[in-house]
Amino acid sequence: MPETETMSPEEEVAEADLDRFDKDQLLGFLREMLLYRRFEEKAEEAYAIGKIGGFCHLHIGQEAVALGIIGPLREDDYVITAYRDHTQALAKGVDAVGVMAELYGKDTGTSRGKGGSMHIFDAEKGFMGGHGIVGGQVPLAAGIGFAIRYREEDRVCVCFMGDAAVNQGAFHEALNMAAVWKLPVLFVVENNEYGMGTAFSRVSALPVVERAQGLGVPAHHVDGQDLLATWTLTESLVEKIRNGEGPQYLDARTYRFKGHSMSDPVSGTYRSKEEVESKVRERDPITILRNRLFEEGMLDEEGLKAMDTEVRKEVDEAAQAADDAPFPADEELYTHVYSEINEHGRLFFDGRDREDD
Amino acid sequence: MQTITYREALNQALSEELERDENVFLMGEEVAEYDGAYKVSKGLLEAFGDRRIVDSPISELGFAGLGVGAAMVGLRPVIEFMTFNFSILALDQVINSAAKMLYMSGGQIPMPMVFRGPTGAALQLSAQHSQACETWYVHAPGIKLVTPGTPADAKGLLKASIRDNDPVAFMEGELLYNVKGEVPDVEDGDFVIPLGKADVKREGSDVSIITHGKMVHVALQAAKKLEKDGIEAEVLDLRTLRPLDVDAILETVRKTNRAVYLEEGWPYAGIGSQIVATIQEEAFDALDAPILRVTQADVPMPYAKRLEQMAKPDADRVVRACNRVLYRNGTGS
Ligand SMILES: Cc1ncc(C[n+]2csc(CCOP(=O)(O)OP(=O)(O)O)c2C)c(N)n1
Ligand SMILES: [Mg+2]
Repeated sequence: MPETETMSPEEEVAEADLDRFDKDQLLGFLREMLLYRRFEEKAEEAYAIGKIGGFCHLHIGQEAVALGIIGPLREDDYVITAYRDHTQALAKGVDAVGVMAELYGKDTGTSRGKGGSMHIFDAEKGFMGGHGIVGGQVPLAAGIGFAIRYREEDRVCVCFMGDAAVNQGAFHEALNMAAVWKLPVLFVVENNEYGMGTAFSRVSALPVVERAQGLGVPAHHVDGQDLLATWTLTESLVEKIRNGEGPQYLDARTYRFKGHSMSDPVSGTYRSKEEVESKVRERDPITILRNRLFEEGMLDEEGLKAMDTEVRKEVDEAAQAADDAPFPADEELYTHVYSEINEHGRLFFDGRDREDD
Repeated sequence: MQTITYREALNQALSEELERDENVFLMGEEVAEYDGAYKVSKGLLEAFGDRRIVDSPISELGFAGLGVGAAMVGLRPVIEFMTFNFSILALDQVINSAAKMLYMSGGQIPMPMVFRGPTGAALQLSAQHSQACETWYVHAPGIKLVTPGTPADAKGLLKASIRDNDPVAFMEGELLYNVKGEVPDVEDGDFVIPLGKADVKREGSDVSIITHGKMVHVALQAAKKLEKDGIEAEVLDLRTLRPLDVDAILETVRKTNRAVYLEEGWPYAGIGSQIVATIQEEAFDALDAPILRVTQADVPMPYAKRLEQMAKPDADRVVRACNRVLYRNGTGS
C-alpha cells in the first residue's frame, strides 16, 4: 500500500491566486462560462418547443467544473464523460454548432443525429463521448489511459462522472486497474450531491472523497464553484499524472441548479426550493468569478453586458444553424452499425432489404 | 499441412497477429504468467512481454471496458474471458459500449477488438459454468459472432477477427482445445478465413444438419450413424453467426428439403430460432417437413452425470430429429 499520507485527501487551494492569470485570460474564462450557461438555456428553450427531444441533462450551475478541469488540458489530451455532456464538449473545443445540431437530431450534429444529447462525440478534439450508463465510461477511461501508456505518449485522459457513479462496480474495477498500472487518468467526480432525486449521503456510507482511497488512487477535493481554485488544482494534478505518478481522483463539489433532466422540476420532493435558491444566490460559479473581476476592476457592468450580448449572439447563431440543417437521410438508419458491409454474410436480420416496396 | 490441436491453432493465430501488428495486445485473467487458464496463450508472455500480454484482476466488467476504451483510440485489444460464463458480468460494456460505439458516435469511433474464450458446457461443471452464451452476443446489432469448430477454422477465423474493424465475440469450446486437425503450414503464408462464410463439413442429399461451434462434431457423429441407415446427411457449419452466410443455408435446404438445427444453447430465442425464421421466410417452398431444433434441455445445467447427459444435445437426439423430418422411424442408436 502507498503510504497514507499521499492517500488522504489534501486540503485544497482555498482561495486561488488571481495573479497567476492575466486579465485577458480571466475575462476569457468568464466569457467561456457565460457561453456554456447561455448554450444550456437555449437548449432548454428549444426543448420546450419540441426542437430537442429525449433525455436532456443541463449543466447549469456546474460550469466551473467543466472549464476549470478541461481548460488546463492540452489539445491532444482526452476527455470522456457521462450524459450531462454539452458543456464539457464545448470546453474541449467541440464546435457549438455541431453540439446544438446533435441536440436537434440533425445530420450536421457531432454524431450525425444518431447520438443526441447524451452522446456527444468528437474524436478529432479528443472528446470521447457522452455515455449513458451510470459509471460505464469509467472503465473506458482506464482503457484510454492504458493506450496512452502503451504508446508511451505523455497525454492525459480526464474522466468525469456524477457522484452516483462511485457506487457502481465499474468505478471500483476501473480505479483499481488504473492504480495498479499507473494509468494517466484524472478521475473527476462532479459531486452535485444528488443522483436524480437521491441525495448521495442517503445511499452511501462514506463521502465521495473517501471512495478512491481504498483503491490506491490519491484523492483530492476542491470547491468546484470556484473556477480559479479548480483550474489551479487541476494543473497540478495533471502535471503529476504527466510525470508518471499514475491516476488522481478529484471530488469537485458543485451543485445542479436545474432539474435532473428536462422532465424533472428544479426542486420538489427530494430537495427544497430554499436549498436551490440559496445555492443559486451564493454558489453560482459565474457570479463568483464575475464579482472577483468587478472587485479587481477588470470588468464593469457595461463590459459584462457586452460580453453577454456577444455570447448570446453566438448561441443564437448555433441554434439557427441547427434549426436550418437537414435531418439525416433515411439511408442513414443502417450506416455506422458496422464499419464495413460483409461481402459474404448477412449482418441485418429485419428483412427490410427484402420487403416489397 | 500441419496437424495441431485447436489450442495450438489459436496460439499460432494470436502469436502471428501480435507479431504482425504492434497495436494488438492480449488481456485477461491468467493469460500471462499462468499461460492461460486453458493454456491458449502459452509462451506468449515470454515472446511478447508484459506490455502486450497482460494479466488482469478478476474484474470482467472493468477489463472488458478497458479494452473498449483502448479500442476507442486505435489499439486492437484481444480480451480473453476465462469462459464466456463470466462475461455476463461484462455484458454492459460489450453491448452498451462496444456494440453501439460506432453508431452513437455517428461513425467516428470504430471498435477493432475481440472478446474471446470458451462458451458452452464442459463436463459436470453444473449450472453456472456450463452455458452457451451465443444468443446474448448475437442479439445486439453492432457486434459480430464467430464460433469455430475445428483447428483450421479456429486459426483462420481468429486472425480475421483480430483484423476486423468491428467488435467480434469469438467463442471457443473447452472440450475443443485438445481436438486435432489439419491446418495449413505456417511457411505457406498468411492463413485467414474471412468472416461470413459457412462451410459444408460433410456433403449429403437427404437432410441438412445445420450447426455451429463444438456441435459440428456431434453433427458429424450423427451423420455417420445415419449413413449406416442409408441416409446421407449434409452438415453445414455456419462458422460465423453474424455475419451469417444465408446463401449457404438456403442452398443446403434447397438441396435436401429438410433441415435440423443443432446447438448447445437453450431453445428459447436460441440461434436456431433465427435460422428457422430465415429459412421459412426465404425458402418456404423448398421445405418438405417442418424444421426441428436440437438444443440443450430448457433447464439450467445439472451436475449429476446422467442428468447432464440428458440435458446436452447428442448425436442420438440429432439422429432422431433427422428421422422425424424424413418421416422415418429411426431409433437413433
Ligand atoms: C446503470 C444506470 N442506472 C440508472 C440510470 C438512470 N439514471 C440516469 S442519471 C441517474 C443519476 C446519476 O446521478 P449522478 O451520477 O450523480 O450524475 P448527475 O445526474 O448528478 O450529473 C440515473 C439513476 C442509468 N442511466 N444508468
Ligand atoms: Mg450527481
